[in-house]
Amino acid sequence: MKRGVLSMLVAGLAVLALMMVPVAVAAKEIKAGFIYVSPVGDAGWSRAHDDGRRAIEALDGVETTFVESVSEGPDSERVLLNMARRGHNLIFATSFGFMDSVIKVAAQFPDVVFMHCSGYKLAENVGTYFGRMYQPRYLSGMVAGAMTESNILGYVAAFPIPEVIRGINAFTLGAQAVNPDVQVRVVWSSTWYDPALEKEAANSLLDVGADVIAMHQDSPGPQVAAQERGVYSIGYNTDMSAFAPDAHLTAPIWNWSVVYKDVVQQVKDGTWASESIWWGLDRELVGLAPFGPMVPQDIQEAVLAKKEEIRSGETDVFIGPVLDQQGEVRIPEGVRATDEEMLAMDWFVQGVVGATR
Amino acid sequence: MRLIRVTKRTEPLGWGSVLVFCAALGLSLSLACAALAVQGVAPLRALALLWEGGFGSVWSLEDSLRKAIPIYLCALGVSFTFRMQIWNIGAEGQFALGAIGAAWAVLTFPHLSAVALLPLMMLSAGAAGAFWALIPALTKVRLGVNEIISTLMLNYIGILLLNYLVYGPWRDPGGRGFPMTMEYPAAAQIGMLGGTRLHWGLVLCVVLSVLAWLFLNKTRLGYEIRASGESLRTARYAFMPYGFLVFLVMGICGMLAGWAGFVETSAVAHRLQPSILVGYGYTAIVVAWVARLKIGPMALAAFLLAGLRVGVEVLQLELRVPAAFGHILEGLVLLTVLAGQFFHYYRLRLEWPGQRAEGR
Repeated sequence: MKRGVLSMLVAGLAVLALMMVPVAVAAKEIKAGFIYVSPVGDAGWSRAHDDGRRAIEALDGVETTFVESVSEGPDSERVLLNMARRGHNLIFATSFGFMDSVIKVAAQFPDVVFMHCSGYKLAENVGTYFGRMYQPRYLSGMVAGAMTESNILGYVAAFPIPEVIRGINAFTLGAQAVNPDVQVRVVWSSTWYDPALEKEAANSLLDVGADVIAMHQDSPGPQVAAQERGVYSIGYNTDMSAFAPDAHLTAPIWNWSVVYKDVVQQVKDGTWASESIWWGLDRELVGLAPFGPMVPQDIQEAVLAKKEEIRSGETDVFIGPVLDQQGEVRIPEGVRATDEEMLAMDWFVQGVVGATR
Repeated sequence: MRLIRVTKRTEPLGWGSVLVFCAALGLSLSLACAALAVQGVAPLRALALLWEGGFGSVWSLEDSLRKAIPIYLCALGVSFTFRMQIWNIGAEGQFALGAIGAAWAVLTFPHLSAVALLPLMMLSAGAAGAFWALIPALTKVRLGVNEIISTLMLNYIGILLLNYLVYGPWRDPGGRGFPMTMEYPAAAQIGMLGGTRLHWGLVLCVVLSVLAWLFLNKTRLGYEIRASGESLRTARYAFMPYGFLVFLVMGICGMLAGWAGFVETSAVAHRLQPSILVGYGYTAIVVAWVARLKIGPMALAAFLLAGLRVGVEVLQLELRVPAAFGHILEGLVLLTVLAGQFFHYYRLRLEWPGQRAEGR
């Protein structure tokens, strides 16, 4: 009787011990976990990341899993923990708010590689990655500036964080490059994904005379608003033309598979080391969706020429002189903004109508 | 032809309620399994994973308990007001204010030691939460404003206040413009219990449960709260201080929800940020009603619901079941369990026509 209990205990412990042996022993097989802040079904942010996930799943020796709709608070820590416990050796955390949780969990699993999108905290086994979305934003601003007749562009924005502010500024500078009289009116939706509310926000901009709507959220709501009101729109994240075929001029888009393939290869080869990736048009991490048929040929060519100049590094978006809303010089003549300055941007350029708070 | 006759129960259901609960759970889980089978997912494996992920290991038990703590504290709070038939749905805003109160203490006195700082945070969190709850209490008692509206509206104001603070004056200067306060110093963090992932908030839950039970069942005020809930007119006839009781239960609720916000920011998030608000204040309302406002069952319901949410994540990870399935499952469970409460208050009898019920 006692012996039976004892052997059961030993068997139980053996099973436990087996579970604790890292799966990584099977040499270079990648089990990559993705954690998303929103559902992947949309055409937005998480969908763009999930397209990247599918691209690496197609590779040999790569298995992927994902958990969607994880809120950015304490819940994310548990999901990351569960991934690490369940033998993932590479984890992609695809939203800024996962940052603290990534750092906490990574400290407990030194053999797991963590890649955190859009954050700024690094560790031995934590790297960060993001894209210079401001580059295609600038290009989409050129398109919008050329197509507007009222000279009022509407911009439905999520939250006043540097990423969004940087995008609005780049868009405005692009529009001003082809149309100096243009103004960009900003409405904060305080949402990342709320199709109805974001559509209403777009409508409010249309009501004050905007005739091109740009956006920084994950739902196609603003696109639908533009389509219904017969004006133009600029999408975001992925090609959103399916939602607004008559309105969609183009969209600055993500191509995360570039980073994901690269990181997977490095982890496979054992060459991965913690770093901050911030690639742009040069590595095609960001890009521009195909132009809608309403965009005239000469505008298309001008935009593509500019794209090539930025891609080659010949020029960039935030080169002085750049003035803020009060007319103060923020970037002096001929000076390129540093990455640090761009990543902490909390002021609007001249020509933006709205407040950064 | 037989008829089904519904009659009101005179005797409490007793242990039969466990049977009703299990039947409801079984029904909702089988419906969920059917939905999974239609999607081509093996239902039994899904159930096994759900169990494993939510309750089946030390890890998952820790995770579920951790998640249950703020839900339970809010549920305990709202149960006080519901007992008096005060329809307070403001726990979410009171939670936010509690988190704000705790953050105020940390940011104002960042160099205090844990012995001084943690009690101060608890005090300011409880006071802020209670203050937020006393506003609708005042408007109800003095002006007759419907508390459903006022508490709901104050949720939005509380959340916006939190957003204003973390986007504005309290924003971490080293946070690159992101909406959050600085990370709390170690002295402002509630510690873990031994080597587990469970924190002292769990102990707080146990202590508060005992105190709540003693207060409700062994004190005169507790008796008056229960009596006013049963019948307002009787309470007035007995000269019970109705207005005072409204203030009291609202204040208690605000304090408890505020403490939930304190515990969640201090022990888990380690800073104030908008993403600590994930609707625990609303979940708490459902938990309170599923458990029919009883303290033990509320703790159990909070734990089971937390485990369900935790388990669904594992289901996503292993079977690629969409996150929406979690909401469907949760909805089914709550709906069947709440519907099952019909049997607490009524009984069904089969009857032949002509055989008039003798017990009417």
